[in-house]
Amino acid sequence: MRMYATCVYLFLYIPIGVIALFSFNAGRHASQLQGFSTKWYGKALGNPFVMDALQTSLLVAFTSALLASLFGTMAALALQGVRGPVRTVFDMLIYVAVMIPGIVIGIATLIGLVTLFDQLNPMLAALWPEGAQAPRLSMGLGSLIAAHTMFLMALVIIIVRARLAGMDRALTEASSDLYATPFGTFRQVTLPMIFPAVLAGFLLSFTFSFDDFIIAFFVAGSETTLPIYVFSSIRRGVTPEINAIGTMVLGVSLILLVAAQVLLRRGERKPK
Amino acid sequence: MDKVGYGGALSKTGQTPIAEFRAVSKRFGDVVAASDLNLAIAEGEFLSFLGPSGCGKTTALRMLAGFEAPSDGEVLLDGEVVNGIEAHQRPVNMVFQHYALFPHMTVAQNIGYGLRQRRPRLPKAEIAQKVGKALDIVRLDGFADRRIWEMSGGQQQRVALARAIVNEPKLLLLDEPMAALDRKLRKEMQIELQNLQRQLGITFVLVTHDQEEALSMSDRICIMRDGRIVQIGSPRELYDHPQSRYVAGFVGSSNFFDGTVVTANGVSASVRLANGDVLEGSMATDLPVGHGVCISVRPEQVALAREGEGLPVTVQNRIFLGEHTEYLVKHQELGEFLALSPRQSELADGPFETGDILLASWDASAALVLERN
Repeated sequence: MRMYATCVYLFLYIPIGVIALFSFNAGRHASQLQGFSTKWYGKALGNPFVMDALQTSLLVAFTSALLASLFGTMAALALQGVRGPVRTVFDMLIYVAVMIPGIVIGIATLIGLVTLFDQLNPMLAALWPEGAQAPRLSMGLGSLIAAHTMFLMALVIIIVRARLAGMDRALTEASSDLYATPFGTFRQVTLPMIFPAVLAGFLLSFTFSFDDFIIAFFVAGSETTLPIYVFSSIRRGVTPEINAIGTMVLGVSLILLVAAQVLLRRGERKPK
Repeated sequence: MDKVGYGGALSKTGQTPIAEFRAVSKRFGDVVAASDLNLAIAEGEFLSFLGPSGCGKTTALRMLAGFEAPSDGEVLLDGEVVNGIEAHQRPVNMVFQHYALFPHMTVAQNIGYGLRQRRPRLPKAEIAQKVGKALDIVRLDGFADRRIWEMSGGQQQRVALARAIVNEPKLLLLDEPMAALDRKLRKEMQIELQNLQRQLGITFVLVTHDQEEALSMSDRICIMRDGRIVQIGSPRELYDHPQSRYVAGFVGSSNFFDGTVVTANGVSASVRLANGDVLEGSMATDLPVGHGVCISVRPEQVALAREGEGLPVTVQNRIFLGEHTEYLVKHQELGEFLALSPRQSELADGPFETGDILLASWDASAALVLERN
């Protein structure tokens, strides 16, 4: 059993290790090691296309993680007061949103938005004053952020709700017993107590959005995120530069994931 | 006889009660948590709600705090109906069962929480001074900057107490505050709470299922059962003059003998027991002839002797309790009951051994004729 598990882990992680290893390859080719060098990192960071894609990715990841944390936290708080069949339906939908394959979300969002835009654009054109150029809705940053926010929200809801469930109801009662208004209670008791979970949700969302290729591929329109850039470059052959980008993305993701984990652990620590 | 709920201190002084229930009921869906509560709480008194879990005592407390709104009737604080007033607008504070201290704040921040909510804002110096005084009162000076999880259970309870009294509430509500403490600490806190209540003059309302706790601390006890108030009175009244078998069994322990009323004159009655004996007893409530009742006799009222008059009983078991010895005795037809013999009477006649055949007797005035329920 242990052998089997070891094999599975090796199978999963060896390719990642190889990529990290070859990113430091001095040579031109991805297949043979020719000494240590960090020149591919310099090259990747000096590439204007890479930097452009990185900027887009960071913008999308930050915005959608922020929106998802905000809406997700609000939804988690609101769901506390919901009971019965409505609650069951919501719970199911949230888990479905997390488990559904990215490709389904990608295609569905693409079709949904394109159909919507086809309906809205003529209306906008009709509403706009004569002579002025009516804005045209199309796929791009907006649709990408919207799609990411949607599925990340489900993630934040699950994380924040777990924290809320572990919170003693008497705490909010004690706060209102001590003259705090409902908003005062939220600001001084509920928010500080769930904040680690919200922050963890933000970091996880950031990572997921930053790493996402499939959904972005469908809904990004003409925008290029880092994963999309990497995918298109691979078609011209895997260079150590791609390895370097991959390793950097991996590093940042791991740091964020660990930070999120630490936050969740700390949030769960109960005072004795 | 006083109407249930308006007895005791109030009717004598005639002052406005600090808190009052008027025909209050509370239903959660189909479940009736409290029904037809009538109770007036006098300023400065220490009142306890006593009853088993699920009897509605906590619901009553939560209606005073403002966490639950009554389904029927009126809750009054200081003469004003507060049915629709939210918890944060009531001049009432609560000590929660598990303290509900804010884990992300220090001890001082916890205690100052209520003061910081005041509008217009209190000056920082005044808050600090009041918090300092409260820490002093609960004997926790020097702990101001501690974290909650660094405090022991007893200390946490004092923080919870300080957090409530620092606001000088009109009513301090205590929801089984001693339940999480060990026995020794509980005794200490009971004395401390009582001293504190006298020192501050704040009205205390305590909820407990522990009769000893209620008896030792309260001015008045309100005994509840199935959402209703069964009897209200001072600990002594409840012990000496229970109006039902339930109260007699809940406050202290008692022996009960079922029987039927043979003659009754409103004050006392004779009751025919299952074995045909007719016993005299005083009546708590007026019961008609032929009514099925029980006679209640406290174990310490039962005298055991080797000679004289009384019910013939056999000693089943003996428990030495120091100044008293508890005997479990058995009568052929009436079954087993308890007798508590003081040391002195034992020296004269006893000690009795298991298997001894004795005579059990009591004063007619010690026997109470009560409803069977």
